[in-house]
Amino acid sequence: MLAIDVKDLRKQFKVQKNREGLSGALKDLFKRENNEVTAVKDISFQIPQGEICGYIGENGAGKSTTIKMLTGILVPTSGQLKVNGYVPYKDREKFVGGIGVVFGQRSQLWWDIGVIESFQLLRKVYRVSEQDFRKRLDNLVERLDLGDLLNRPVRKLSLGQRMRCELVASLLHNPSILFLDEPTIGLDIVVKTEIREFLKELNREEGTTILLTTHDLQDIEALCSRVIMLDDGRIIYDGGLEELKNRWSKGREIQFQFGTPTSLAKLQLLTAGLDVTWTMSEQGASMWLPHTINVSDALGVVVGGADIRDIKILETNTDDIVREIYRSGSASVSAAATLLEAESPKQEAEAEKETSLR
Amino acid sequence: MMSAYVDFIRIRFLTMLAYRVNYYSGIIIYAINIGAYYFLWKAIFGSAETLQGFTLAQMTTYIAVSWMARAFYFNNLDREIANDIRDGSIAMQLIRPYSYLLVKMMQGLGEGLFRLILFMGPGLVIVCLLFPVKLPKDPAVWIVYFIMLLFSLFINSQLNILTGLAAFFVENNEGMMRMKRVLVDLFSGVLIPIAFFPGWLKGTMEWLPFQAITYLPSAVFTGRTPMSEAWGVLGIQALWFVILLVPIMFTWRAARKRLFVQGG
Repeated sequence: MLAIDVKDLRKQFKVQKNREGLSGALKDLFKRENNEVTAVKDISFQIPQGEICGYIGENGAGKSTTIKMLTGILVPTSGQLKVNGYVPYKDREKFVGGIGVVFGQRSQLWWDIGVIESFQLLRKVYRVSEQDFRKRLDNLVERLDLGDLLNRPVRKLSLGQRMRCELVASLLHNPSILFLDEPTIGLDIVVKTEIREFLKELNREEGTTILLTTHDLQDIEALCSRVIMLDDGRIIYDGGLEELKNRWSKGREIQFQFGTPTSLAKLQLLTAGLDVTWTMSEQGASMWLPHTINVSDALGVVVGGADIRDIKILETNTDDIVREIYRSGSASVSAAATLLEAESPKQEAEAEKETSLR
Repeated sequence: MMSAYVDFIRIRFLTMLAYRVNYYSGIIIYAINIGAYYFLWKAIFGSAETLQGFTLAQMTTYIAVSWMARAFYFNNLDREIANDIRDGSIAMQLIRPYSYLLVKMMQGLGEGLFRLILFMGPGLVIVCLLFPVKLPKDPAVWIVYFIMLLFSLFINSQLNILTGLAAFFVENNEGMMRMKRVLVDLFSGVLIPIAFFPGWLKGTMEWLPFQAITYLPSAVFTGRTPMSEAWGVLGIQALWFVILLVPIMFTWRAARKRLFVQGG
């Protein structure tokens, strides 16, 4: 069964236009002009039960608007929408009983009362029996290590503590779909990792479908088997993360430091016959090679012919790939082509995956 | 589910209780208001026995009781709703399996309960000590009056909810909220009993819900309206309560389509 089924979903907003100057303000007083803004432009996708799907895109690409339509907060302008067997905005009260939602930038806990009191209130709101609630809460508290936070008022929690409590709050009623809108925003790396581990476990053990938006691609890499990428209200990529990387990363870079100065000509001679590009730098040289060539083949010829002190292999990371796609505004093949041209092989100064051989 | 709604009453009561010191000054301000109106009316009465059928004693009681009723039914639901809409936190309300407006109403009730026990109650005692207020001795009047007060709270909250929901349609409804507050204070008869309004305005008021908030209940409590007609007053209040549900429902429906959540 499909957890989420979206077809030609569209959302338009009217945004008031403020005219300039005093005369503009006077005109506005009597007749407002509206701009129609289409935030989500006829998107379609399906998510089967039990999948963890990442939903990414630039700020203002329409991610949050989509999530808000999927959770029944916003009413779509047109298109079909079915989540968990319900049309979210129509049967809102019944529908939201089966989903959990965490918005990283908003709290769903009541500010003035203790965490446990918030949970108790949610228990009543979602009509969970005291027995189920206890079992579920104990389990979640243990997994997220909340023990001593429960009696504190929400306003006295740190962001990391609060976010863990938010997760518990969204899961108390055992929802089958969990929506996360930037759940790791502003968190330190320890909490981020904890939350990722928890979500993975949740998905594995309870089969909870998870849809998550994030700007932190490490979230995606750690969790998602599938990515939907949005740009300007349209889906520009929908598929596996590995595939995305393979399709758009252009290769890897190998940096060499030589014991004795080695000329460019010599290096090029060594790798003649391989489709690699060399660039010289003060410390040494770097070789850029596309995915079609084996690293061992390329390394072999260089190692055999030069006095090498150090080797580093840098892989294009997801951040770079996605940044490029955002910049070009499309993940189509032509964009990939311009990407190839645009990016010189020597810009990955801070590539994250590096292997040092000595 | 009902127990959840009851919990909203309880929690609002407890949160208000946490900030109770804020309301001690409120009691003094209300006492000053009542005092000012008492002396004003004393001057207006001069040597006259009655004005528009009010004796000075009745007028004093009317003012004291009306202000104390206001202490009970007053709330800031309009502001709360407008804020929820403006800062987008209404999104968090819509992902819960309950009716947002009903929850707001319950919070209004919780606040009313707090105001009754910690504001109106002590306030009335203080006012009775300071001014020549004559309270009715018939317990039936008290019981009927408390039922009417509950309706006052409902109707006032409904007007607040409507004003608050206007934030969906205009960028800033601050002006509307202020206007509503003045209108309710004036037309409900807190500032001047409706009996003193010019004929045409008095006529208009009979077709508006405001008088059901203060004027009608206070008139029963001060004995201007005999108990035999109290059921009629209750009927008018109940009628307005039901009638006001209609625009609220329509506004809410229309608002859901217009909603866009600011800040992401």
